[in-house]
Amino acid sequence: MYLTARRAADQLELTLSGEWRALRFADIETELSAVDVTGVRRVTVAAGQAQLDLTGAWLLRDFVDRTRAGGASVEFQGGEPPTLELVERCKSGQIPAHAHAHLPLHLHLHLHDLEAAPAHAVEGVGRHAVRALQSIDGGLSFIGRISVAFAHAWSTLRLRPVSVARHIYDTGVTAVPIVSLIAFLISVILAYMGAQQLRKFGADIFVVDLVTVGVLRELGVLLTAIIVAGRSGSAFAAEIGAMQLNEEIDALHAIGVDPIEVLVLPRLFGLVIALPLLTLVADLIGLVGGGLLCHALLDMPLVQYLNRAQSAIASTTFWVGIIKAPVFACLIAISGCYAGMRVRGSSRDLGRLTTLAVVQSIFFVILVDALFAVLFMELDV
Amino acid sequence: MRALLEVRGVVNRFGAQVVHSGLDMQVYEGEVFGIIGGSGAGKSVLLRTILGLRRPNAGSVLFYGREVGSMSAAELHALKATYGVTFQEGALFSALDVLQNVQLPMLEHLQVSARALDQLALLRVQLVGLPAESASKYPSQLSGGMIKRAALARALALDPVLLFLDEPTSGLDPISAAAFDELVIYLRRELKLTVVMITHDLDTIYRTCSRVGIIVDGRMISDTLEGIVHNPHPWIQAYFQGPRARARRSEHGA
Repeated sequence: MYLTARRAADQLELTLSGEWRALRFADIETELSAVDVTGVRRVTVAAGQAQLDLTGAWLLRDFVDRTRAGGASVEFQGGEPPTLELVERCKSGQIPAHAHAHLPLHLHLHLHDLEAAPAHAVEGVGRHAVRALQSIDGGLSFIGRISVAFAHAWSTLRLRPVSVARHIYDTGVTAVPIVSLIAFLISVILAYMGAQQLRKFGADIFVVDLVTVGVLRELGVLLTAIIVAGRSGSAFAAEIGAMQLNEEIDALHAIGVDPIEVLVLPRLFGLVIALPLLTLVADLIGLVGGGLLCHALLDMPLVQYLNRAQSAIASTTFWVGIIKAPVFACLIAISGCYAGMRVRGSSRDLGRLTTLAVVQSIFFVILVDALFAVLFMELDV
Repeated sequence: MRALLEVRGVVNRFGAQVVHSGLDMQVYEGEVFGIIGGSGAGKSVLLRTILGLRRPNAGSVLFYGREVGSMSAAELHALKATYGVTFQEGALFSALDVLQNVQLPMLEHLQVSARALDQLALLRVQLVGLPAESASKYPSQLSGGMIKRAALARALALDPVLLFLDEPTSGLDPISAAAFDELVIYLRRELKLTVVMITHDLDTIYRTCSRVGIIVDGRMISDTLEGIVHNPHPWIQAYFQGPRARARRSEHGA
């Protein structure tokens, strides 16, 4: 209960009570909007019992404004609450923005810590080993934190679609030209090399098998992932790292917002959606490029290329390739964001970790691709 | 008087380097408490420990008489709505404009309609003495003084009880720094804030602080300003009896 209203004919008497605090905004607003001021000529507000913070005062002022606009007069019994006056002063710009006097005459120089001296060689090996273990440990706990944040975001339905859409645009849509160009060139190279070798055996037609199976199963998705790792993995690391340097991540923590939820999850979701779509584009362009080269170099009619392609690829060929895309997306997003989060205090760190993010994500992409190859061989697809 | 914030026996170590060795600190309702210390004395580390951004090697932090370590995740989240923080470089979210920066804590903690959200945030912008036009500017378009004020507006978004300021006047020209001091004094009085301030600036200390805590040898010596200048510790003597300090004191009549 924040207010009690007594109505007598066209007179309304409001008595405010309790703590009108920002954190009770929704409750106070509900109670205020429930006050019926239709046909009221005069409102008397007694605010002596209540304590209003700035948000509470704003709510009261908003109510008073609305009431006055409705044609009623508003009076305060026992004077306006002091915070209400502060709201007025804010609105009219009567805040002491400029002060005079007390001019200090000194400056401060901040000397940052000097770099640590290089360690002894044997000691260095040990340090590297410990650091490598710590980074594995840190990486695993980072994945754990992402899972917790995901579960939380999922259960509260706060998936931030606007942010996700922005990242789909940044990582996906803007990468279409470069991905298309590289897919085209690679399929041309593949077809050209294949044609040169296979011609010796009179097996020109198998160039089509080489290009279509190669692009759909491996090259389309792998090259797309590597380009995206270079473009977006580094961007993720640099963006988050710069925020880390600017203490923005600390500020998020201090406000009570989980940085994983607002910074990492949207990037992860965005990339998981964007990378398969980019792979689809790369596959299509790759097949077209192969077809054009076969036509130009081997005088193969496009119809024949299409027929041969249809018999060369099984229905699984495409899926075997594209199923890897979301997995690669996770690897790239997690490597990039994790590197960004590890930036501490210096711009040198930012550069080092941005590089690390790219190297690491490309390494993981190729490693996991190799594991997939073994898996699919065992599964016989 | 009630201690809003209490730090008990905090120890912070970085490898072999001990920054805090059993540091105690109390902040009482309504005061402006200044944290002073030489470069590398661990002022910012202390603030990070208080805010839960760093886990101390030993010791505890209590807000409103309750130990932070024993709070549940939901309680911690609620706790964060009761204090505001400004960081040294402002730490405004560079992807958001000033108004959105102020709105972010509100969106996280309050259930507010879109109309009220805009107006409440604008009120904060005006409260810290920024022109209303600056609300739609991005942090990269602001001057150093405006960034500090915008960060203050964000810290005040939820009408906090406690306000933490990390070097609020560092990097400002003398006039802007003095203006910021006046603003802090004004807001403390009008909004009944309790302020904890890390600062190097002797002028800010003399102008705003009612009590100071000095970090020396990993511990804190706290007293009123009048009391602490007579403390025999050599660092404190050097700090308050240096040429700059003497000039300040004669001016402020302390």
